[in-house]
Amino acid sequence: METIKAKKDKIRKLTGSKAMVQALEQELVRDKNIIVMGEDVGKYGGIFGSTTGLYDKFGPERIMDTPISETGFIGAAIGAAAAGLRPVVELMFVDFHGVVMDQIYNHMAKIHYMSGGNVKLPIVLLTGVGGGYSDAAQHSQTLYASFGHLPGMKVVAPTFPEDIKGMLIAAIRDDNPVVFMFHKTLQGLGWMDQLQASLGPVPEDAYTIPLNKAKVVREGKDVTIVGVQMMTIEALNAAGKLAERGIDAEVIDLRSIKPIDKETLLKSVAKTNRLVVVDEDYLSYGITAEISAIMASEGFHHLKSPIVRLAIPDVPIPYSRVLEKYVIPDAQDIINAVENMITV
Amino acid sequence: MKNNNKNDLLQIYRTMKTSRYFEERMEKAYLEGKQPIFNIGAGPVPGEMHLSNGQEPAAAAMIVHLTKDDTVTATHRPHHQAIAKGVDLKKMTAEIFGKKTGLGKGKGGHMHLFDPTVKFSCGGIVGAGIPHAVGAALANKKKGEDWVAVAFIGEGAANSGAFHESLNLAALWNLPFILVVEDNSWGISVAKKNSTSVPSNDIRAKAYGIKGYLVKDNDPVEMYKVSKEAVDRARNGGGPSIIEIETYRFLGHFQGDPELYRNKEEVPTLRGKDPIERLKNHLLKENLATPAEISALENKVYEVVDDAYEFAIHSEYPEPNEALEDVFC
Ligand SMILES: Cc1ncc(C[n+]2csc(CCOP(=O)(O)OP(=O)(O)O)c2C)c(N)n1
Repeated sequence: METIKAKKDKIRKLTGSKAMVQALEQELVRDKNIIVMGEDVGKYGGIFGSTTGLYDKFGPERIMDTPISETGFIGAAIGAAAAGLRPVVELMFVDFHGVVMDQIYNHMAKIHYMSGGNVKLPIVLLTGVGGGYSDAAQHSQTLYASFGHLPGMKVVAPTFPEDIKGMLIAAIRDDNPVVFMFHKTLQGLGWMDQLQASLGPVPEDAYTIPLNKAKVVREGKDVTIVGVQMMTIEALNAAGKLAERGIDAEVIDLRSIKPIDKETLLKSVAKTNRLVVVDEDYLSYGITAEISAIMASEGFHHLKSPIVRLAIPDVPIPYSRVLEKYVIPDAQDIINAVENMITV
Repeated sequence: MKNNNKNDLLQIYRTMKTSRYFEERMEKAYLEGKQPIFNIGAGPVPGEMHLSNGQEPAAAAMIVHLTKDDTVTATHRPHHQAIAKGVDLKKMTAEIFGKKTGLGKGKGGHMHLFDPTVKFSCGGIVGAGIPHAVGAALANKKKGEDWVAVAFIGEGAANSGAFHESLNLAALWNLPFILVVEDNSWGISVAKKNSTSVPSNDIRAKAYGIKGYLVKDNDPVEMYKVSKEAVDRARNGGGPSIIEIETYRFLGHFQGDPELYRNKEEVPTLRGKDPIERLKNHLLKENLATPAEISALENKVYEVVDDAYEFAIHSEYPEPNEALEDVFC
């Protein structure tokens, strides 16, 4: 299924952030038109490690620290892309999209269409997402659905290092604007929670992974659990515990928010007949709603029980650990939902 | 003038000392549960922590001219401004500890402190507080009050769209608005010279037809004088100003910042010019306070801050489902 073209003998374990750096480095070498711009992407190497070491290798002409002027430099990425560069720009936290959303959704996302396909904007917008470490309401969101809602941009949110590298390379080579969301906790940074999943095998050579395919990361027959990024990790943890109780869960890592891979979702639910969707984004109008709508309209006949949607219950993300833990779904919430579903 | 000066300068000293001691305790509290392995989400004070040690003069020497009717908006690095504005220290500390008794019942945290009783607010989005202060100034003017509104920002925020749009508005509408730019030389790892097209932001005042001031070398006394002029002008209908003050960031951008981007000599040099020590020497030299008065003042400061920490530490956490409250009124 995957188009991993790398030689399998050269595989190393890398963290999510190192996988990003490797992808960027290989592409920067391959194509002189690529530039990287963003706040603290230079000497600092990106607050979440996505550009570590690139400044030393490629210099300030290609790895450009910017002022705190998101409208300016993300807007400039649009102009530069139209003029022949292939900019990779970092919006440090997705939460800061507010100051630059006009450039993103009225221009970056629409110009190709409005020009009748005559203007191409090969831009990758890197952005850090996710909470779980008490960074509160303005630094903890994922906003998957806010971006997925708007036509004209591909939106991806890979979980594992291998996918992070392959999808980032695919995003850079794509002629469309791609919003590439990386989850802070999955970057494998020394100063955050240490997760096994943030370190994984990554082929050394450059390879691409399609930007429109979900991935079955655990096969099962009793229930399908769909997650994205940290919610995929929680789903896998839940599936492990459910197995001890004799429930065999299938876990799908969505990977691509837009376009969404209906085929993989429908195929899985056709087999398991039950669906739980878990999202580290707000409940209303979000991924859980979108996938439920897909099932209701195209897979209704497969369903043996009502779909369960687990997501942030339409409140801003609170600071205090007890409050934040309450609003972000976790493995225990998934276990409860599945057990309920199956005993009913 | 002399007497007024004396009380004000003592007040500035008290505020700076309170802020410093508060943050020294915060630095320790923040590290609890984060050693030997640093994990940003661990311990009694999780999340990001931006401390303002070294930057006290900007807040203390401006806000001494304000009353509780004047508005202050601050940044992601808000403790010194909050303390100067008279934000309830117990509730503020409890908020930072994520407690139910905090200013925001544990929902906001260190970057999101709101105390409407003294018209103070801050936030985590760089530049966002500037138009809020402009709006407060607009309200003051419409109500016919002589209250002013002051926005504090870092020099990095002076390159945001919000900065330029807000200054034009404030000037256009001749509002009682003052922008204080705390130039600590750094926007995280990006040096001012690599982010800003002019050497200092007082120059930019010209572009909006307003008054610009530059306070050199973190000088609390100079900041005090310049602020008085700007506040008096704003109160008397003379319109907005920008004050940029060269200040010092003693610590990392946030706690845990490896600071590989800055020269190792920088911080010791800055610490050698600690503005709190400089103000203390000034008070003593000018006979504005005796050593005994200073130490009495300091002891009182320690007591007030320690009480706030006691209160915070012994307060209850919210119930988990309180997360669902306060979305709407
Ligand atoms: C709109 C926006 N962009 C980026 C950030 C990330 N960020 C937080 S603080 C900071 C640097 C701010 O520098 P400055 O304004 O000089 O204030 P200082 O931190 O030095 O006090 C940055 C880039 C943010 N919070 N908001």
